[in-house]
Amino acid sequence: MKDRILDIIEEICGDEIVRENPDINLVDEGLIDSLDYISMLIEFESAFGLHMSPSDLTREEMATPNRIIKVVDSRIA
Amino acid sequence: MMELYGENTFFILLAVVLIPAFVLGYNEKPLTRYGMLLTFAFVGLALRGSVKAIGCLAVFVLTEFVLAKSYIWLYGKIRADENNVRLSKPLYYVMMLLSIAPLVANKILLATEGSAGLLAIVGISYMTFKAVGIIIEVYDGLIDEVRLGEYLYLMVFFPTLVCGPIDRSRRFNEDIRRHIPRDEYLELAATGIQRILLGMVYKFVIAAIFNMILRQFGMEHTLGSLIIYTYCYGLYLFFDFAGYSLMAIGTGYLLGVKVPDNFNKPFASKDIREFWDRWHISLSHWLRDYVYSRLTMKLMRSGLTRNKLLISGIALMANMLLMGCWHGLSTSYIVYGLYHGVLLVAFEIIRKKSKFYKKHHKERWFEIISWFITMQIVMIGFGIFSGHLLGEIQYMILH
Repeated sequence: MKDRILDIIEEICGDEIVRENPDINLVDEGLIDSLDYISMLIEFESAFGLHMSPSDLTREEMATPNRIIKVVDSRIA
Repeated sequence: MMELYGENTFFILLAVVLIPAFVLGYNEKPLTRYGMLLTFAFVGLALRGSVKAIGCLAVFVLTEFVLAKSYIWLYGKIRADENNVRLSKPLYYVMMLLSIAPLVANKILLATEGSAGLLAIVGISYMTFKAVGIIIEVYDGLIDEVRLGEYLYLMVFFPTLVCGPIDRSRRFNEDIRRHIPRDEYLELAATGIQRILLGMVYKFVIAAIFNMILRQFGMEHTLGSLIIYTYCYGLYLFFDFAGYSLMAIGTGYLLGVKVPDNFNKPFASKDIREFWDRWHISLSHWLRDYVYSRLTMKLMRSGLTRNKLLISGIALMANMLLMGCWHGLSTSYIVYGLYHGVLLVAFEIIRKKSKFYKKHHKERWFEIISWFITMQIVMIGFGIFSGHLLGEIQYMILH
């Protein structure tokens, strides 16, 4: 599961670094912008059948690959 | 009328009534009831006991509450019955329209009649965004309960009543429900006092100086005068609004509410996107989360186009146009919104398409030039916002 989530993050950011350094801050490093972020939520929705609302999650909660994995994982379960 | 954060009597009164708040907080006692009492008193004072003004405010806030409450009830009913699920979207839109209707009417009346009559409700723009936020989050399944006391407190919380920052319901409720340990309260109170004092310096010293310069040197019909006006107005606007925001935030802190920040060094922005992440943050992030994000999500899902740049462009223009209209339906505000919409779209295109940008944007020289250009663009924006720039252009054309 973790791998599939990382696949999506990597595809959105277009950089392998998200695997090498899963604590990297995606916003600070300019790896993700608002539009990518929305695409990512939609990808998670269609991949895992979740409902993800942009106002639900703060950007801090979704700042690093590890944090994203934690959030998405908890919703799948 | 007692102007909140505007006159000596207010500040003296504020200092006096915050002492009991501090004593309560220091002794780890709940602050919410006292904060509600203060809010009640200050709203009464600000509206000078005018039965009409207080009545209009009360009717407005209670109407918004009843809307939220009935939406939650209907939402539950509809979800419970499979045959009715298809009604959930229409219901959502109806509720949202009803929720913003008073604000829309207020803006239209102001633009056409010059006065909003009974709808001239203090802080209506800010309160409406808080109320709509709740409706949206009910639809998203994030809010399934609203309590009268908490709802009213969020809406009219006196530090942020007049000009924000725009807080959000779930965040606000978490703050007012929780127990704050002494150490944490002391830190909160210290930061709060610092911010109130800094805010006073911003608003009553620095902003006042820029205001004086622009009145002195910026009122003539010459290009030089227009430039002085535009730059001084931009700086005045920042120090006035950021100063007010700091005071509102500081007061909130002393009452145990971590009111969100509104400004984060906007004049350090290296590009226009960054500017909107640093300027009037509680508004720009509200729009980002409830308008831009939702619109892009809708467009992406609709399958109408897969062109992300186009989707983003449409959403940005709609977002910024709404931002302009929210300030008021005058030409200046609408042009201000469109102006920033166009700038954001243009920057988005550069950012995504320009090889030159991609190659150099992290280099020092590029950052400096980019910062310089951004500042000029931003100042022209403030000139538009002030109404003065468009007025002067009109004057120059006519003469």
